[in-house]
Amino acid sequence: MCLIRAFELEVAKLYRDGEIPGFVHTSLGQEAVAAGVCGSLREDDYLATTHRGHGHVLAKGADLDGMMAELFGKASGLCGGRGGSMHIADPGRGILGANAIVGAGMPLATGAGLASKLMGQGRVAVAFFGEGAVNQGTFHEALNLCAIWDLPVLFACENNFYAEFSDSRTLTRVPSVAERAAAYGVVGETVHGNDVEAVAAATGAAVERCRSGEGPALIEFETYRWHGHYEGDAQPYRPDEEASSWRERDPLEITAMRLAEDGATTEELEEVRADAATRVTVAVEAARTAAEPDPKEVFAHVYGD
Amino acid sequence: MSTATEQQELRYIEAIGLGMAEALETDYRVVVMGIDVGAGEGIFRVTRGLHERFGPDRILDTPISEMAFVGAAVGAAMGGMRPIVEIMFMDFIGVCLDPIINQAAKLPYMTNGALEVPIVFRTQTGAGKSAGAQHSQSLEAMLAHVPGLKVVMPATPRDACDLMLAAVADPAPVVFVENRRLYARRGPMSEESLPLGRARVVVKGEDVTVVTWGQYVGRCLEAAEIGEASLEVIDLRSIVPLDMETVIASVERTGRLLIAHEAVQDFGAGAEIAARVGRELFDLLRAPVRRLGAPTVPMPFNPMLERTLMPDAAAIAANARSLVAEG
Repeated sequence: MCLIRAFELEVAKLYRDGEIPGFVHTSLGQEAVAAGVCGSLREDDYLATTHRGHGHVLAKGADLDGMMAELFGKASGLCGGRGGSMHIADPGRGILGANAIVGAGMPLATGAGLASKLMGQGRVAVAFFGEGAVNQGTFHEALNLCAIWDLPVLFACENNFYAEFSDSRTLTRVPSVAERAAAYGVVGETVHGNDVEAVAAATGAAVERCRSGEGPALIEFETYRWHGHYEGDAQPYRPDEEASSWRERDPLEITAMRLAEDGATTEELEEVRADAATRVTVAVEAARTAAEPDPKEVFAHVYGD
Repeated sequence: MSTATEQQELRYIEAIGLGMAEALETDYRVVVMGIDVGAGEGIFRVTRGLHERFGPDRILDTPISEMAFVGAAVGAAMGGMRPIVEIMFMDFIGVCLDPIINQAAKLPYMTNGALEVPIVFRTQTGAGKSAGAQHSQSLEAMLAHVPGLKVVMPATPRDACDLMLAAVADPAPVVFVENRRLYARRGPMSEESLPLGRARVVVKGEDVTVVTWGQYVGRCLEAAEIGEASLEVIDLRSIVPLDMETVIASVERTGRLLIAHEAVQDFGAGAEIAARVGRELFDLLRAPVRRLGAPTVPMPFNPMLERTLMPDAAAIAANARSLVAEG
């Protein structure tokens, strides 16, 4: 969680300073979902995530330096600078990629789950999506397909209450994402997404059910993004008091307090934060000085060659 | 392919099934997915016998839910399978373009080759039997326009079988466009096998090069038989890759080019071929390149109206004759 926080705070700054091109969507405030879900997975489990996917990809074990270099568009990036923030992938760790199309990851995770089942691999596929994607047909169609085929797919919804610039509670008569699972004969549950232990406990149980052949599961994690839909979003659409009340429920602070109660010292906690900050600083320095992709390679891998 | 098979004549529809069966037989990662492709054997029975032979774990019946199952086929390809997924009519691609043009076509590139998406999107077109505007479109140009997608359109049983096997083996996503008007046609399996990406010179001629594909290969051959001009008919077989080498070599000899296809002419694949030939052979061309396709009109239901929108062999021959008259 500390690493995701340090990474995204730094990325937001670099973006403001014009060092990172393109679009950047941060998940600041949502770190417990990424850490709790991905920490409950096997290394070979699949992950399909969203445009707001830095945290998920880091928590699934992607290389920090490779990620930062990718955001800079450099040759040493995880995707050689061809993907950028919205398309980071690391197939060797089951990370099928962030995805810039809202709702597109769910059918892909469905397919990865199908491959796992057909080949008897026991791998679970996790599809992260926001509550803004729940009104897309892909959510309903993929959940139904997973249900009828008993596929090992976890639908992990991060409900941060805003679908881009719109209050998602005004976009449906059924604001509970978990309730929608019942329409497809799937168990849905709602979990406090800023409580990493609650996230991990719910995920662990759901993934176990998926892996044992019981079919898909859906968990709705209630959380909140601190920044706008994208970096630079002026956010005229969110009430200040709502944002500040969620900041008071900082997932890192909640975790730090629990750890302190369990005996962790202030120094130990500070060391974790400092270590994360140092790793990010090193990654930024390496990305800044890394080589640009070779223009001669720009035509490679278009048609599988 | 056994020698016995090579000596046979097969129907186009049987050849597609043969290709799929061989792919299923030789590679456990191959699965067939789609609406009614299993026990129902497919709306046109292209998947006949596959369910019985390979079982429900290899031949997967899906709900009418293209966004899910086409997307899942792409995800399965990312997970190491080699799916053949059927989009029942080419028109239906409208409800599931995202997994095709944004996911399958782009992920191999965006991941710098780390992800492969070896998938075959099987679909079919074939106007001329009053299927109406939502069941009659040839949308190959739209798909060919997207970097990352190969697009093949077999016109003969031999090519249907070969291109299916080549498409399954290809590391890139391939859109495999059948023509339902050809399903019942028989053809020799002894025809020469060509790789994906090579056009076929079907008949040699001296006066006009006619480039075509799909259902229109037959119409162009009929036009060649009318005999008023000597036509060299080239069946493109694949739109992407586009075998310009074969086309250029032919036009270098004839000096005249007519492109005839079933799809709407405006912004069609013929425009790309015309532009490339114009650039390469401007000084050699004896007349401006001509195109012949459907007018820019949604296909009407009425059989007579539909016929008037689909250029026939006489129209192809007349255009070839005009080209010769021009120079």
